[in-house]
Formats: sequence, structure tokens, C-alpha cells
Amino acid sequence: MAQELICLKDLVMEFGKDRVLDSINLSIEDKKFMTLLGPSGCGKTTTLRIIAGFQNPTSGEVFFDGQKINDVPPYKRQINTVFQNYALFPHLDVYDNIAFGLRISKLPEAEIDKRVGEMLEAVSLKGFENRKVTSLSGGQQQRVAIARALVNRPKVLLLDEPLGALDLRLRKDMQNELKAIQQEVGITFVYVTHDQEEALSMSDTVVVMDGGKIQQIGTPEDIYNEPANAFVADFIGESNILDGIMIDDFRVKFFDREFACVDQGFEKNEPVDVVIRPEDVDIVAPDDGHLCGTVTNVTFKGVHYDTIVDFKGFKWLIQTTDFHREGSVIGIRLNPDDIHVMHKSEYSGMFGDYSSYSEEYDDISVVEDDEENE
Amino acid sequence: MRNVSKVITVIVFIFLYVPIIILAIASFSSGTDLAVFKEFTLNQYHELFRDTDLLALVRNSAVIAVLSTAIATILGTAAALGMHKMSKKMRNLVMSMTNIPMTNPDIVTGVSLALMFAFTGTMLKLNSILGFWTLLIAHVTFNLPYVILNVMPRLAQMDQNLTDAAMDLGCTPIKAFFKVTIHEIMPGIIAGALMSFTMSLDDFVISYFVTGSGFVTLPVEIYNYTKKPIHPKLYALFTLMFIVILALMIIMNVLQAKADKKKSESHVNQMGGVS
Repeated sequence: MAQELICLKDLVMEFGKDRVLDSINLSIEDKKFMTLLGPSGCGKTTTLRIIAGFQNPTSGEVFFDGQKINDVPPYKRQINTVFQNYALFPHLDVYDNIAFGLRISKLPEAEIDKRVGEMLEAVSLKGFENRKVTSLSGGQQQRVAIARALVNRPKVLLLDEPLGALDLRLRKDMQNELKAIQQEVGITFVYVTHDQEEALSMSDTVVVMDGGKIQQIGTPEDIYNEPANAFVADFIGESNILDGIMIDDFRVKFFDREFACVDQGFEKNEPVDVVIRPEDVDIVAPDDGHLCGTVTNVTFKGVHYDTIVDFKGFKWLIQTTDFHREGSVIGIRLNPDDIHVMHKSEYSGMFGDYSSYSEEYDDISVVEDDEENE
Repeated sequence: MRNVSKVITVIVFIFLYVPIIILAIASFSSGTDLAVFKEFTLNQYHELFRDTDLLALVRNSAVIAVLSTAIATILGTAAALGMHKMSKKMRNLVMSMTNIPMTNPDIVTGVSLALMFAFTGTMLKLNSILGFWTLLIAHVTFNLPYVILNVMPRLAQMDQNLTDAAMDLGCTPIKAFFKVTIHEIMPGIIAGALMSFTMSLDDFVISYFVTGSGFVTLPVEIYNYTKKPIHPKLYALFTLMFIVILALMIIMNVLQAKADKKKSESHVNQMGGVS
């Protein structure tokens, strides 16, 4: 069993009247890759900055290895950070940037030389020692930033949206590379991102945040398959979210029809949110379906078609590899494990309706905007 | 249109530089009459360097300029750092407060400083405290805003994460300043220092009010000369001063251009990385 390395207890952060963090409780295990995921303004970067020591929480405690570190300044923490936009020192070359931390801790030059050399090799930047950091490409600057942090052999590496400034292709490569580096050096990574795909593909644990609160903590699979509320269901991947009633264990009712499901432990007749992932829906002939609807929009996405289907006025997104033209009537079947039931939350009713998805609707809203401008 | 603006540009430059050129020519003339250039000579320069009284004044001015610049640069940079950490509202307020003395007429600054020193002198039961120290304090006072004004934008332009990064890598806040921040804001510090130096070197009005007979700077003394005909060796002195200031300005501009070039280079590369 992995050991707890960092523990956040009842963290509250307020800037003036703004409550940026609202009682955050989080345990970060040693040698794991944990991601804080959420939209901008959700408090993920603030959480990271509190762990690094750049900000002091309004209230609450931060523990590192069992010791309370609220009052330990950043330069005394065994934690290093890879900053958004890298924050490399422009007046130093690649070598001196990486050696910066080691020189501050006054290691002998021979040792510094050895460790910087190893690091340069690890991030494939050998031969770049004397280059100015301002002359490097985004991806290379990124590697220098990682090397500059890791060369100090921290117990924890914090990464604040490190791939945000890179193009898609490079981002994918760096995702794999980061994961590989984490496994090789065997330390804890705490990664902040708003990109759900990044979070799912790299993390051992994902922490979904919104509005200064933790919405869900779990493995990528848990988060995707068992979202805790409508926010998580909508933020991670695409979801159709419907109002339903939990009749009994394993029985949920929506669209005036009872479905078998795999969820239990709800009150009898409790109102619930029902999540159906667009890729889980089986399309069948209209007569064979549990539900019957009309296709209102089809968009080709490469791997699949995004098909918008109108069921009694509620529009679903269904992802299918088969083409169903606009206006055709189709049936769908739902297996018990395609249906995920969640408790109602403050987010209920805010997400999961694809009524405004169609291009037709977009056009109308654009016209309205123009009129307003005039 | 184009030609008109060209002509105007030329006229402006004539207005700006002809007096200085005339001064420079006069400094090489053997006659005492400005209107006639008799023959080329370095006599005025010889005389200048033989006049120990005059050179002492130059030294006084230089000492005050160098010391007040050094003190103002250190204090101003520290003040800018503190102001940079304030909330935006507070910072704007303090910025305006530091800017007002700069736009204040020199005569008002001079008289108010003189009054303050006189008051302090009375309190300390001293006959006259006007002299080197009061002059130095006055020069530091009017130089400070120029340093702050030049350093503040550099701090604002700097990637705020750089200081955090330095601390993250083990620097105490003070070490972080000397290892990282100072390199980023150096062009601003140098510009502020050069500006202070030139302001201090040619200040007459404020200096006139705050110095006693014990310590006189060049501009104050020259004001006394103007009551009688100016000796041509002064033309030589002014020409040399102009050259020194010009050199400082050129250095300042070159540094600025270098810094800007560096900035745009790094920008281009970041763009390149994204595309």
C-alpha cells in the first residue's frame, strides 16, 4: 500500500470576498501521478501554489510527510515546480538554468556537472548546454523546465498546465514522455490541467474540481464510468443527463419507462440524474428499440458520427460509426451497464441536454448577437 | 506632404543642435568674440584644465551626481519592488504620489526643501546646516521618482513566475532578487540611474536653495558668472559636458535596443514553438 505524502486538511483560500478554495481535503500518495482537473477558476492552480508554498491558505493545514508545513517557505520544501510558460531564467543558458538549484544548495561543481549531464540526457537535450533558453522551441523549453526541477531530486514535482502552450502533436508526445519520466524517477507528480484527455491518459488518480470544491476523486476509469454528479459527467467526456426516478435497487425509470441498471443504495423513488454516454447507445430498428427518436443533426468526426436524436423533445448525443441521415427515425436499446445513476446535486439540470447542439441553433444565436450589436 | 514633414524635421533638428554646434565651434576659437572665428586652437581647453577652482566645482558636481544617483537607484529600486507587490489600487495611488514631485516646479521643491532644512537646523540649534549633506539629500529626493518610474514597467513586464521559480529552486527572497529579478529589471535600473545622473549634474534651481557657501556645484557657480562676460574656457567645459551626456544617452539607447531585441527574439521563438 502506498504511503500518504501530502495531506491537505480543510483548506480555505479567500481573496478579499472571493472564496477560491472551499474546504479542500486531499491525500496525495507517494510515488503516484495525481492530476487536479477542472475548468479555469476552479481553484486547481491555487491548490498547487499552496502545496508549493507560494501562497498561504486563509485557513486549513498542509502536511508533508506527516509534518505541518504551512509556515515552511517554498525554498525549504522538498518540492519543485514546472511552471506554466516554464519561467526559465532568460539571462542564463540551458546548462546554468538546470544547474541553478544545485548551485544555490552549494553542491561541488563536479557533482553539479554530473547531475546536469544526466538530466540533459534524460530529457534528450544533450548538446544544448550553451544555448540561450530564449532560442529554444516551446517543446525544448518545456524539457529544460522539467530538467531544472527534477535535477534537485525533489520528493514531489508540481506541474502547472505544463503542456498548455504546445501544439497538439507535441502535447501527445510529451504526455507519454512525462508519464515515462514519472515512472522512471519514481516520485510523486501533482499535475494541474483543464484538459480531461490529458488527465485520463496520464494519471493514477484524478481530482475533479469546480467552484473551489472537489467534485470527485478516483482513478480515470472511476471518474469516467462512475461520475459523482452532473458536473463531472459533463466535464469528463460527453454525457446525456436525464431526470429519472430510482424505483428500487437496480430499477430506474425515465421517459416513463423502467430500465434495469447496475446501481443500488438509493432511497426508494428518489429523484436522480441518469447519465448515458453517447458511445454506449446501441442503435436498432425503430420497432426493436426501448425508445424511438428522430435524427435532427449529423456531424462527421472521423472515427464516428455525432448524431443528435430527438426523444420526445429531449435531444441526445449519440456517437455511432453507422450513418443515419437527418430526419430518419431510429430506435435505441440500453443495456443495464450503459445506464449510470447519480444523486441529484447543485449541478442537476445544468448539463447533458444537447438541444442547443445543432448548427441551426448556433446560426440563430449568431444572428441575435448581431442584432444586439446594432 | 511628405516633403513638408521632412523639411519640418530638418528645421527642428537645426533648432535643437545649432546652438550646441556653435558652442563647440566657439570652444575651439582663439578670439573672445563669439561672432568671429579667428583660428582653431585648443587654448580654451588648456586654460580650463589649469583652472583648479573650476575643476573643483566640476568635481563637486560629479561627486554629488554619482552619490545621489547611487543612493537614489538603490532606494528607488527597493521602493519599486515594494510598490510592485501592492494591490493595483494602492500601487496607482503611490505611483501618482511619487510622480507629483517630478512635475512640481523646481523652484517650489527647492524652496520647500530649503525651509525644511532651515527648520531642522533650528531644531538642532545649528547655525547653518546647508552644505554637502543637504545638497545630497535634495538630489536623492528629486532623483528617486525617475528611478521608480523606470524600474516599475520592467517589473510589470517581467514574468511573475520567475521569482517564484527562483524560490522554488532554493533561493531566499533576497537571493531570488539578486540571482534573477535584478537581471530582468537591469535595463530599467540603468535607465533610471542615467536619468538621475544627468538630472543631478545640471540641476541649478533646487541646488541653489539648499546649498551653502561651503559646497558649491558647477551650475550654481556658473549662474554667478553670467553676471559678467563668460570666459571662453567655459565653452570648452560645456562642450565636454555635452559630450559626456551624449555618450551616456547613446549607451542608454544601445542598452534599450539590445533589451528590446532580446525580448522580441524570445517572443518569436515561443511563437515558433507553438506553430
